[in-house]
Amino acid sequence: MSSSSRTRRRFVHPVLVTVLLLFALGVPLWLVVVTSGKSRGDALSPSLSLPKHGWHFGANYSKAFTDGRVWSAFVGSVSIVVPSVVLLLLFGAMAAWVFARRRGFVVAMLYAIAISGIVLPPAVITLVLLLRQLGLAGTLTGMVLVYTGIYMSTAVFFITGFIRTIPPQLEEAARVDGAGPIRIFFTIVVPLLRPVLATATILICLYIWNDVFYAFFVIGGRKDTLPLNLFQVASAGLYLNNWHLIFAYVVLMSLPLLVAFAVAQRRIISGITGGAVK
Amino acid sequence: MTLTTSTDAARASGAPLPPPGRAAQPGSGARRQVRPGQPWWFLLPALAVLTTFFLVPTVYNLVYAFTDWSSFKTAINPVGFENFRSLLSSGVLLADLRTTVIYALLVALFQNVFGLLLALLLEADTKLNRFARVMFFIPVIMSALAVGYVFQALLKPTGVVNSILGAVAGHPVRYAWLADTRWTLLYVALIHAWKWMGLAMLIYLAGLKTIDQDALEAARIDGASTWQTFWQIRFPLLAPAMTFNVATAMLGWMNSFDIVQATTGGGPAQTTEILNIFIYRTFGQGLFAQATTMSLVLLLVIAVMAFPTIWLLRRRERVL
Repeated sequence: MSSSSRTRRRFVHPVLVTVLLLFALGVPLWLVVVTSGKSRGDALSPSLSLPKHGWHFGANYSKAFTDGRVWSAFVGSVSIVVPSVVLLLLFGAMAAWVFARRRGFVVAMLYAIAISGIVLPPAVITLVLLLRQLGLAGTLTGMVLVYTGIYMSTAVFFITGFIRTIPPQLEEAARVDGAGPIRIFFTIVVPLLRPVLATATILICLYIWNDVFYAFFVIGGRKDTLPLNLFQVASAGLYLNNWHLIFAYVVLMSLPLLVAFAVAQRRIISGITGGAVK
Repeated sequence: MTLTTSTDAARASGAPLPPPGRAAQPGSGARRQVRPGQPWWFLLPALAVLTTFFLVPTVYNLVYAFTDWSSFKTAINPVGFENFRSLLSSGVLLADLRTTVIYALLVALFQNVFGLLLALLLEADTKLNRFARVMFFIPVIMSALAVGYVFQALLKPTGVVNSILGAVAGHPVRYAWLADTRWTLLYVALIHAWKWMGLAMLIYLAGLKTIDQDALEAARIDGASTWQTFWQIRFPLLAPAMTFNVATAMLGWMNSFDIVQATTGGGPAQTTEILNIFIYRTFGQGLFAQATTMSLVLLLVIAVMAFPTIWLLRRRERVL
């Protein structure tokens, strides 16, 4: 029984994987790419077929690039994601170190409050009100602080869990040798945190880079980010059935992360799993 | 707070602090003064940002849900439970609440099932499997909004999915996937799970890798079937992976907006209107108090469901 089932599996398995790849991924991805190269008439009803009236990649992409203000949106997205990630990792790791190492009722209470944001949804309407009162509405600073607030719980939760698995002896030895807490933190603790910081960075980047909901409330209409501009392009495009432009923009906005992923694919995959499952 | 002040006082008076991670040893009388390991102020930046941009708006939410705040008037007056009453009587509140909870549960279920099945399918380290794993991660890095538009195109009555089904069935299929008041919510949840299943797969793959091969071999020699080894040995050992997937799926709950907005916009007949779509819609209409009320309801519902979950996650953490 075992040998026949094994040969069957050796034969069936690759076929199954290929069919799944073709249908579950090939179809949607091909639809995007082929439609983004079609003329408006060909793209009215998006299909998998090749264009009847020739390829229009150049015209579609340059139109999507100007209509969607891709360059300005890219700069906007980067200048939001980078500071948010830096603040989240730095503040998150500092707090996590205290939460992981200190004991007691107060620490437990503060930790429960600090990770409450993992499950509780941000109160987005009153957040906008608060930002107006602080003079931060519609600014990149406001957006960065909002993301930092929203994902701080996630950062603290993952990093605290990771620090608890690291034995404290190294830090204690350094302390006995007279090293101050700041030095211990940056020279001993932070280097040990690399796997979990990698995981947190990748996850937080994915969430913030692609977010449109909070961005709409905080900076919508005032600043450009890649998803916000897709929302704009698509809202106008759906009305006019401009699928070729929508999908050209989808390809353009996906390129930065796709390139990053292609370059560092192995490290990203091991990074996500490294800090996630201990 | 009492502990904070007592440690601060201890630090000020130069008394030795017990090393962290151990029980306090009152009167142990250490000669050398050892500075505290982790200063309390390390908590400050994180807690300051969290308080200002997360907790304060939440408190505001409690207040403004009971006012008539809108873009049509300059004054804001308290109105008691009026917003709740009108949302309840129009039926929007309960309908959207139901939609949100069902959507969240469906997404969490599909995402974990798809992720686990993919992980089991692509577990062996063959070239094809490695390629497939990378490919299945592409939807994860795509914008959810973009994914929504792609599926809107695929699921049009004249779209690709229907033409494939038509080719299989032998007769034209014209099913309006995204206009079915009964099943569209299910389809949108499937799209959501499609987008994130690559991440769940990776986590499960990592979990499968940590399982001791000797135990599996021993079970196999003892005559256990593949099915038995999976449920008896491998599935329980996937607990940490599942914890992680549940935690990330919960982040997905509150971010549930993009895919629904891009596929159905809450329709047909508001049957896929999750709370965030309502908030977005009423905010656009200038009905801030109504949007705030809904936001408060969302908060309460999730809080009620969250406490047992946090407790479970933390208990699990301790077991591991």
